[in-house]
Amino acid sequence: MRDWNTKGRDRQARLEAGRHLATGKIVAAQDLVAFLEAILRPGDRVCLEGDNQKQADVLAKALAKVDPAKVNGLHMVQSGVVLPEHLDIFETGIARRLDFSYSGPQSARIARMMFGGQIELGAVHTYLELFARYFIDLTPQVALIAAVSADKDGNLYTGPNTEDTPTVVEATSFGKGLVIAQVGEIVDKVPRVDIPADQVHFVVDAGRPFYVEPLFTRDPAAITETQILTAMLAIKGLYAPYGVRRLNHGIGFNTAAIELLLPTYGERLGLKGKVCTHWALNPHPTLIPAIESGWVEQIHCFGSEVGMEDYMRARPDIFFTGPDGSLRSNRAFCQTAGLYACDMFIGSTLQIDLAGNSSTVTGGRVAGFGGAPNMGSDARGRRHPSAPWLRAGQEADPDGPPPLRRGRKLVVQIGETFGDGNAPMFVERLGALELADKLDLDLAPVMVYGDDVTHIVTEEGIANLLLCRDKDEREQAIRGVAGYTEVGRARDRGMVERLRERKVIQRPEDLGIDPLDADRSLLVAHSIKDLMIASGGLYRPPSRFRNW
Amino acid sequence: MTSPSPTRHSWYEESARGRLAHLLDLGSFTEFLGPERREFSPHLGLFNLPHQLDDGIIVGTGRLDGRPVLAAAQEGRFMGGAIGEVHGAKLTGLLRAARQLKRDVVILFDTGGVRLQEANAGELAISEIIRATLEARAEGVRVVGLLGGRAGCYGGGSLIAGCCSALVISEQGRLSVSGPEVIETNKGVEEFDSRDRALVWRTMGGKHRYLIGGADLFVDDDVAAFRAGALAALERPSALDQAVLAAEQARLERRLARFGDAADGAEVWARLGVAHPAGVPDLDTGAFLTIATSKREGADAAR
Amino acid sequence: MENLRYELSSTRPAGGTRAVGLVGVVASGNLEVLLERGAAPDRCVIDIATPAHGFAALWQAVTADFAARMAAGGLRITVNDGGARPDTVALRLAQGVRLMEKPE
Repeated sequence: MRDWNTKGRDRQARLEAGRHLATGKIVAAQDLVAFLEAILRPGDRVCLEGDNQKQADVLAKALAKVDPAKVNGLHMVQSGVVLPEHLDIFETGIARRLDFSYSGPQSARIARMMFGGQIELGAVHTYLELFARYFIDLTPQVALIAAVSADKDGNLYTGPNTEDTPTVVEATSFGKGLVIAQVGEIVDKVPRVDIPADQVHFVVDAGRPFYVEPLFTRDPAAITETQILTAMLAIKGLYAPYGVRRLNHGIGFNTAAIELLLPTYGERLGLKGKVCTHWALNPHPTLIPAIESGWVEQIHCFGSEVGMEDYMRARPDIFFTGPDGSLRSNRAFCQTAGLYACDMFIGSTLQIDLAGNSSTVTGGRVAGFGGAPNMGSDARGRRHPSAPWLRAGQEADPDGPPPLRRGRKLVVQIGETFGDGNAPMFVERLGALELADKLDLDLAPVMVYGDDVTHIVTEEGIANLLLCRDKDEREQAIRGVAGYTEVGRARDRGMVERLRERKVIQRPEDLGIDPLDADRSLLVAHSIKDLMIASGGLYRPPSRFRNW
Repeated sequence: MTSPSPTRHSWYEESARGRLAHLLDLGSFTEFLGPERREFSPHLGLFNLPHQLDDGIIVGTGRLDGRPVLAAAQEGRFMGGAIGEVHGAKLTGLLRAARQLKRDVVILFDTGGVRLQEANAGELAISEIIRATLEARAEGVRVVGLLGGRAGCYGGGSLIAGCCSALVISEQGRLSVSGPEVIETNKGVEEFDSRDRALVWRTMGGKHRYLIGGADLFVDDDVAAFRAGALAALERPSALDQAVLAAEQARLERRLARFGDAADGAEVWARLGVAHPAGVPDLDTGAFLTIATSKREGADAAR
Repeated sequence: MENLRYELSSTRPAGGTRAVGLVGVVASGNLEVLLERGAAPDRCVIDIATPAHGFAALWQAVTADFAARMAAGGLRITVNDGGARPDTVALRLAQGVRLMEKPE
């Protein structure tokens, strides 16, 4: 007779092993390493919570200290490889295989370890894709998560940085895995229940808050004139004509410039209320002036942002907040919102090839994707119409029968033709292909596929790839905005001019924009302090961004 | 919505040339040894470093509310406003002219100190500038320093500022002999975390310097406010005699005794009797000046 | 340092009467551009000093486009580069021409 509950019994065994080192559900911080050695087994699939923002840092440090003779060969399935400990465990053999999404600050080291064979790579995923696999073929046996506080029963308050936690817990707990949470404090009653106690098996009082990286804070002082020019082009050449109300912005300075131009340049163009009203977006401090001047109706967030907590609490009409008043973020839901309910994604990248494929893999760095590809892809399952979506669909297929014609999401890549260190954004061959060769991967890590990209914005102009009718036109449209990069200089000038006549390429002057008007005086805020003042003192920027 | 005043024009963000243009009466400035004269550093090319045609300092003459002044402005973005041979010589020359002409001087500081690539020439220049400053002041010339630039005012620049007859500072301004990175390198991150920018401002920033009497006037980060501040500073006494120096020595000894063991600016402010020291960095200029006026250590005429 | 000189055809003479103009500063990713008069009315002479070696083809392309598109005839231009990107170079050159057109 088949045993239909092997997973449940497996969890029961781990629970009993852990109970010896716990008081009720509470594990003392000094017993944490021994506790992990007791409940983990070689080869386990483990989700160590961490993304581009929050980190279960105390659990990560403890995991790095377990005895590799007892715990080894783990298969890590986690959003972010961000802390040094996330990679230390692969050096000591505690972990062996890795499926992940994002590795920003560890991008160089993770590449070296992949080349050196210390990490057996499953795949580099988009966030939603990895979350999806938690429910299909990568369900964690153990999840190590982070929360703000817990009560004695194990109810968790995850606070503004809820992020991945509900998704990880859902998959692990109902998939018969074990959930262990680090919390900043144990309280009598949590401010709100983000994770119910019966989904949480053990709680560690870390005695301090989990680490959060202020990744989405962009200092207006660092925004250049060229970035302002690209922002003006995007607002006047894309936001206005398509009437983009529902959107997501990337993390870069170009989109920060757009946010800071809405109350000045956007206002002058009469766009208030007509664009940028509904967002899938982290709480960008640079959006404060636009929110304060009434541009924004609603924002749903993937995560939080350090220092924005009080501001969001004071703007409940705009943000999703709980009965306790604080933000409730949710990465899985917000990524889904960005994929299905937004008409535009606009963000930067490090490399774009002649077909419009883009990647952030350069010179031995594997930064992963994060969420950009989910938002930066056409949602083939979308069925509801909207004006920008229909118009984009019509541009792509002008002769198709309207009632049967799919719309298109606007997927916009924005950037300067040369990036940091004068590295060209346009390349003949993506660095991702070299990486794929070196690691013998079946699939190169492409962030946004060329057939999803609809527009490319640089200081030289806007290329509308929806209007390109063949591969050659597409290539010349890309070369035509690639500036003085080698790709740009190798353009067919005659063809580029013909594309310009058809408005496939639009130069600043074609849109009535004088590049010399792209001046920092257009920015509604010039410094982090201006943002703090615009928030009425509610935004509390982290120390590293202050100059007061 | 409280928004940054649309009329505010940031001094911190402006270039050295922009600051001069807004400080002085419209169109009154005449530059000495302008960029077209190509008096740039002969040393930087040896290090494969680019030169700037004015060597990072603009000197000349102009008017401030009708009153003739000599002016110098450092460009903090070129090599951090660092002082090399030519840069230093231009400022020395200006101060010597001030003595001869008996004309007041305004120095728009924005410097990290001596330029490492021309260290000996730069150190000599600092001494020459200090001597020229004191000699000009001995003749009754006022030398006013304005502090609110991106690079702050550090190293040798801070020594020159210390010899001025009056200093005007904004919150953004930083004034210190040793910079944050230098302190961290020499004393360790436990002593001073240079990346903790709030700490940098609490210990070197404009509000702290004003509260402990290290600067005479505190103004908004705004070009018009600096112009008003410069005019007020030019009204201050410039006497530099033995009595003034003795008073200054006594003042600094008192400061050391009272605050020498304080680990943080906020601790100093608490000892000054400021009711909520932790809230000082967030005060706007009006609220800050209300507190500062009653609690601050007085600056001395000698500085 | 790499020193480059381009003598370019620029059919439209520069406007204004100002003798000298300066834009930009020598900082990382930035450059200073000094504009003086004195070249032939249909020529524009540009002298460049840059710490970044091996980018002559880029400078050639940026300056040629500049001379062709802008009213730069008669200008002698001196560039001290701090490692600026081509878009910044093009912007500063254009700002310089506009400054020369402004009354003093």
